Amino acid sequence: MPAVRREVPSLTEKKLLTLEAKANEIREDILRMLTTAGSGHSAGPLGMADIFTALYFHVLHHNAKKPTWAERDRLFLSNGHIAPVRYVTMAHAGYLPKSELTTLRKFGSRLQGHPEARMLPGLENTSGPLGDGSSQAAGTAYAAKMDGAAWHTYCVMSDGELEAGITWEAALFASRNHLHNLTWIIDRNNIQIDGYTEDIMPLEPLHEKFAAFGFHVIEIDGHNIREFVDACDLAKATFEAPTVIIAHTIPGKGVDFMEFEPAWHGKTPKDKTELNAALRQLRTLGGKIASEMD
Amino acid sequence: MPINAAAKLSRKLFAKDIPELPTRNGFGDGLLLLGAKNEKVVVLCADLTESTRVDAFKKAFPERFVQMGVSEQSLAAIAAGMALAGKIPFIASYACFSPGRNWEQIRTTIALPETNVKIAGAHSGVSVGPDGATHQMTEDIALMRVLPNMTVLVPCDAIETRKATVAAGEMHGPVYIRFAREKSPVFTTEKSPFAIGKANILRTGNDVAIIACGPLVYEALLAARDLAKMGVEATVINNASVKPMDEVTILAAAKRCKAVVTVEEAQAAGGMGSAVCELLASEFPCPVERIGLQDVFGQSGTPRELLEHYRLTAPWIVKAAQRVIKMKR
Repeated sequence: MPAVRREVPSLTEKKLLTLEAKANEIREDILRMLTTAGSGHSAGPLGMADIFTALYFHVLHHNAKKPTWAERDRLFLSNGHIAPVRYVTMAHAGYLPKSELTTLRKFGSRLQGHPEARMLPGLENTSGPLGDGSSQAAGTAYAAKMDGAAWHTYCVMSDGELEAGITWEAALFASRNHLHNLTWIIDRNNIQIDGYTEDIMPLEPLHEKFAAFGFHVIEIDGHNIREFVDACDLAKATFEAPTVIIAHTIPGKGVDFMEFEPAWHGKTPKDKTELNAALRQLRTLGGKIASEMD
Repeated sequence: MPINAAAKLSRKLFAKDIPELPTRNGFGDGLLLLGAKNEKVVVLCADLTESTRVDAFKKAFPERFVQMGVSEQSLAAIAAGMALAGKIPFIASYACFSPGRNWEQIRTTIALPETNVKIAGAHSGVSVGPDGATHQMTEDIALMRVLPNMTVLVPCDAIETRKATVAAGEMHGPVYIRFAREKSPVFTTEKSPFAIGKANILRTGNDVAIIACGPLVYEALLAARDLAKMGVEATVINNASVKPMDEVTILAAAKRCKAVVTVEEAQAAGGMGSAVCELLASEFPCPVERIGLQDVFGQSGTPRELLEHYRLTAPWIVKAAQRVIKMKR
């Protein structure tokens, strides 16, 4: 099989507006789903809604009706706790009925609290214990390179999990093996359970760290879908090194009382009143979010 | 001599010049066979190519050999990723580091999603010798057998290790194979049966059942020979397939003998002997003695000194057999 580069399609203004609106719908469904579940993480999923929307509705070569299609691009999730954004986006993309979203974290559900690959076709990997996903993605990209496959491997990961040593083992491996078919996407939202990353275990200078490890490093505004799509295109045009996209995001994006607030990392709206307050913001802004209106 | 003919043991079983090889050699030989048979087989090694015996595979199939460096956590998770893309990865290191250091990655990325990864733990047991306790893995059987979906194999000599390696590569799902550094007698033959999930009866007797795994199976056979001289006839079972365990064969032996000794070069707590006790506790409670490390770590010394110091050799198996026979009702 020839190693053909599959382009990221160009993004028209019209498509961009559609994606932004879609991301907002996905945020609303995330909040509904989390409130029903009664436990889970709010900030990360809201912060990554734009990127997941762009991945499933523009960047990835995939087929929701054939989740095990051999030529699909692989999307790994390393910080499994943001699974709600993936589940909702997959539901919008047709991998599962939207009605199933209410089963999140419930007994017998395919939507486990942390994603289990075998439960829901299309998930690719099992994750949750932080740090493991980047290695799994690197292994898959290595195998793809061995086989001369045309598909690309992506891995979404958090900034907090970069504190885990295994991440840097995987970084050495990806660089040493010139895994140009691998793109890591870091949700750089600066929070983790116990507070701000730079207080807990400073990660900066992150760009320079990855550059020193031999990565092609791109920094973007993680809420600017066009920047993200362009970064994915650049990643595919890189032939010698793996790419890391450091996506600066706002945890809790779109709901002002959740934004930048570590307390919202690991909890959900506690009741209908809190949920409605959040939904109202998302609806009235019609896809534009509070921090951009200031 | 009630050696079970069906076990097809070596004609030199008790000869002074019985050939000796480290079980890890069988791993290297098995990988070569698998590599030639199936191009999906890949080998990942964490900076221990020669001593885990994957060097022959590396030479024969350089494009399918992956040098990982000293990175055991990613060794496991990267192999899982390769398995997701259709490869059959074998990961090779010392058992202290894999599955010792990377147990969580094995649990999350291999056991839980049942990825087709084979974990090879070299240098297990105190017979590692001079390197000392840090490098003598004695907790691996316990660590691995409690993982759902994990198959655990502890072959008894180089020939059986080769068969176990091939069988691991031919089944789908996670497997842990354990082997040793030191030479040990090669007492099985090409014709000896081996199958995952099957225990092999090497000797038959009705007074006590000695259930062993790994190179110490040979000590169990020596003990049975010595017991016979005292008028005690022992059944000896090679329980290489620690999980899934051959409950039928083991239960039948326990019911016939009504007294059991288990033998392994690992912690007695949680190991193969514990698995036997779990079975017997619910199906056929009877006296059991577990030969193994008694809640202590190893230390430096020659392999022989250490096996004797930790009471893992034939004379200690004989004593244990005598104790359980006395306890019979």
